[in-house]
Amino acid sequence: MEKFTVLQGIAAPMDRANVDTDMIIPKQFLKSIKRTGFGVNLFDELRYLDEGYPGQDCSVRPINEDFALNKPRYNGASILLARENFGCGSSREHAPWALVDYGFRAILAPSYADIFFNNSFKNGLLPIVLEENIVDDLFKSTEANDGYQLTIDLDAQLIKRPDGDDIPFDVDPFRKHCLLNGLDDIGLTLQDADAIREFEGGWKQQCPWLFGAIK
Amino acid sequence: MAGKTLYDKLWDAHLVKQRDDGTALIYIDRQLLHEVTSPQAFEGLRLANRQPWRVDANLATPDHNVPTTSAERLAGVDGIEDETSRIQVKTLDENCDEFGIVEHGINDPGQGIVHVVGPEQGATLPGMTVVCGDSHTSTHGALGALAHGIGTSEVEHVLATQCLIQRKMKNMLVRVDGTLGAGVTPKDVVLAIIGKIGTAGGNGCAIEFGGQVFRDMSMEGRLTVCNMSIEAGARAGMVAVDDTTIEYVKGREYAPKGDDWGKAVAYWNTLHSDADAEFDIVVELDGTDIKPQVSWGTSPEMVLPVDATVPNPADESDPVKSNGISRALEYMGLEAGQDISSIPVDRVFIGSCTNSRLEDLREAAAVAKGRKVADSVKQVLIVPGSQAVKAKAEAEGLDKVFTDAGMEWREPGCSMCLAMNADKLGNGEHCASTSNRNFEGRQGFGGRTHLVSPAMAAAAAIAGHFTDVRQMMEA
Ligand code: SF4
Repeated sequence: MEKFTVLQGIAAPMDRANVDTDMIIPKQFLKSIKRTGFGVNLFDELRYLDEGYPGQDCSVRPINEDFALNKPRYNGASILLARENFGCGSSREHAPWALVDYGFRAILAPSYADIFFNNSFKNGLLPIVLEENIVDDLFKSTEANDGYQLTIDLDAQLIKRPDGDDIPFDVDPFRKHCLLNGLDDIGLTLQDADAIREFEGGWKQQCPWLFGAIK
Repeated sequence: MAGKTLYDKLWDAHLVKQRDDGTALIYIDRQLLHEVTSPQAFEGLRLANRQPWRVDANLATPDHNVPTTSAERLAGVDGIEDETSRIQVKTLDENCDEFGIVEHGINDPGQGIVHVVGPEQGATLPGMTVVCGDSHTSTHGALGALAHGIGTSEVEHVLATQCLIQRKMKNMLVRVDGTLGAGVTPKDVVLAIIGKIGTAGGNGCAIEFGGQVFRDMSMEGRLTVCNMSIEAGARAGMVAVDDTTIEYVKGREYAPKGDDWGKAVAYWNTLHSDADAEFDIVVELDGTDIKPQVSWGTSPEMVLPVDATVPNPADESDPVKSNGISRALEYMGLEAGQDISSIPVDRVFIGSCTNSRLEDLREAAAVAKGRKVADSVKQVLIVPGSQAVKAKAEAEGLDKVFTDAGMEWREPGCSMCLAMNADKLGNGEHCASTSNRNFEGRQGFGGRTHLVSPAMAAAAAIAGHFTDVRQMMEA
């Protein structure tokens, strides 16, 4: 997992509440055997005017000019501004996969669906909870200023804005540690690699038949 | 201090590290891989630039969506008509190639349903921890192993670290004493257990199946019982090691040989609960009372003896349960109070990781022999669990018994257990099925599944409706 330390990037608005996982990545794309490549289909039904199907060339599809992410000013955005209960619906991990694949590394919203919230951390995506009026204010600044950029300093737990006060935020210390060091569940377990190796050595002496039989 | 249960012993032997948050790192001896839950795990490894911790701990084979007709199977992977299925099977081949994992490919003599192949090849052994991205991994507990079903992210975790993050479960003992009557099979025992404790009965527990009935039971029968631990709410089920276990394992392809054999047997003989071990929950049944079972509803706990009548929601005082019964009756197209034996059968499926081993096929063939499938039955599928089972059954002439009776003899795979390939029920059709789940739509949209033993499934095929196989045996 990529480390998350300081993120500076363009903020893009997703101005509706209860955005569900099916809106984030429609179910016809779940048949894939991959966890990458979902970015072109992120928010598929909002982004394009035709119906999406897996494997299609999205560069030639008719796009919905009114949808924020399609506006040139939000090109390359890495921070998503969202409304309450973002990511509700199913437990599919495809939702954070699609957001990350598109290029988002952080979300700012008043609240999230629980499973989505947890799945995001596991995939290197930082979901930050902010008070509703602060989110409102950020939506306004973003819309008023072309190329509006924020800087998220995870270690200091601060969001720095060009036009106002820094915004402090909370994050679970364990989650923070994992993001700062780029540790997913596997990375965490691998911190105990020595203990695993030591166990394995003893186990191999005790039960040698468990090793090397299948080759 | 009280003694240890079998589960305690297996847990302690594999504990790498107890963590402060109550979780533990448990070392995994064997991971079985199939085409549906592994692709994203392999991709995860690739993306993070990781290698499997121990390649030789893994064994792969495609099963969930391989076609089961000889015609479609002949052309191998490229012959799979459904695109998603073909891509998944192909991807498994490619991933195993890339990472150096041994795979029994689609038409390899070692191919089959993962939970049939593992024990049959000695790839799963007593005393092991076994995982697979499939909830019926509990099957392997029959060998005296600790076996869990896991999700795709855990598959990746085990590939990369050889460990699983777990919390210790509670100990539950299901004891069935007495002796089973003729025509009563391991499937009837496990259905009767689930009927008694319910689908949540084993929640948060590792179940040990103990008592005379399991001591007398063959290894294949124990595999059937442990397979359905998950339907009883438990993630793992197991049976203590005894001579039956050791006899079963002996000489299998990946089983220990030479000096290792003696050493292994000495260790395996310690794999039983101590006499003074304490269980958190104990449930007892009398095996002598168990009759052939048939599920009538849309959950495995909705099951009754074949001579019973379909329940009446009005007799149930708990409104939630009463409502559940009404809904199930509606979906299943049944009337309250109707005899179970009056339910007509449209299709019959004998197969799945629950009941597709040689003994299961023999049991079904004994009923089918010299008889004919009823005219009203549209299709009877017999799907052996592995290439090895298929070859042995054919050597005994079982395939001939089935085809003579008007049944179809297929290639190994999961088939109509979950209807991921072309083997499916039509809307509203009743199926006598030897699989493990009767959820709505499991065997096809609108399909109505009745869980039974292989003997009972064969009897239903002949009669055209459910019937007590014991009467056919007397005839
Ligand atoms: S036979 Fe059915 S239950 Fe068993 S592994 Fe296959 S799909 Fe799962």
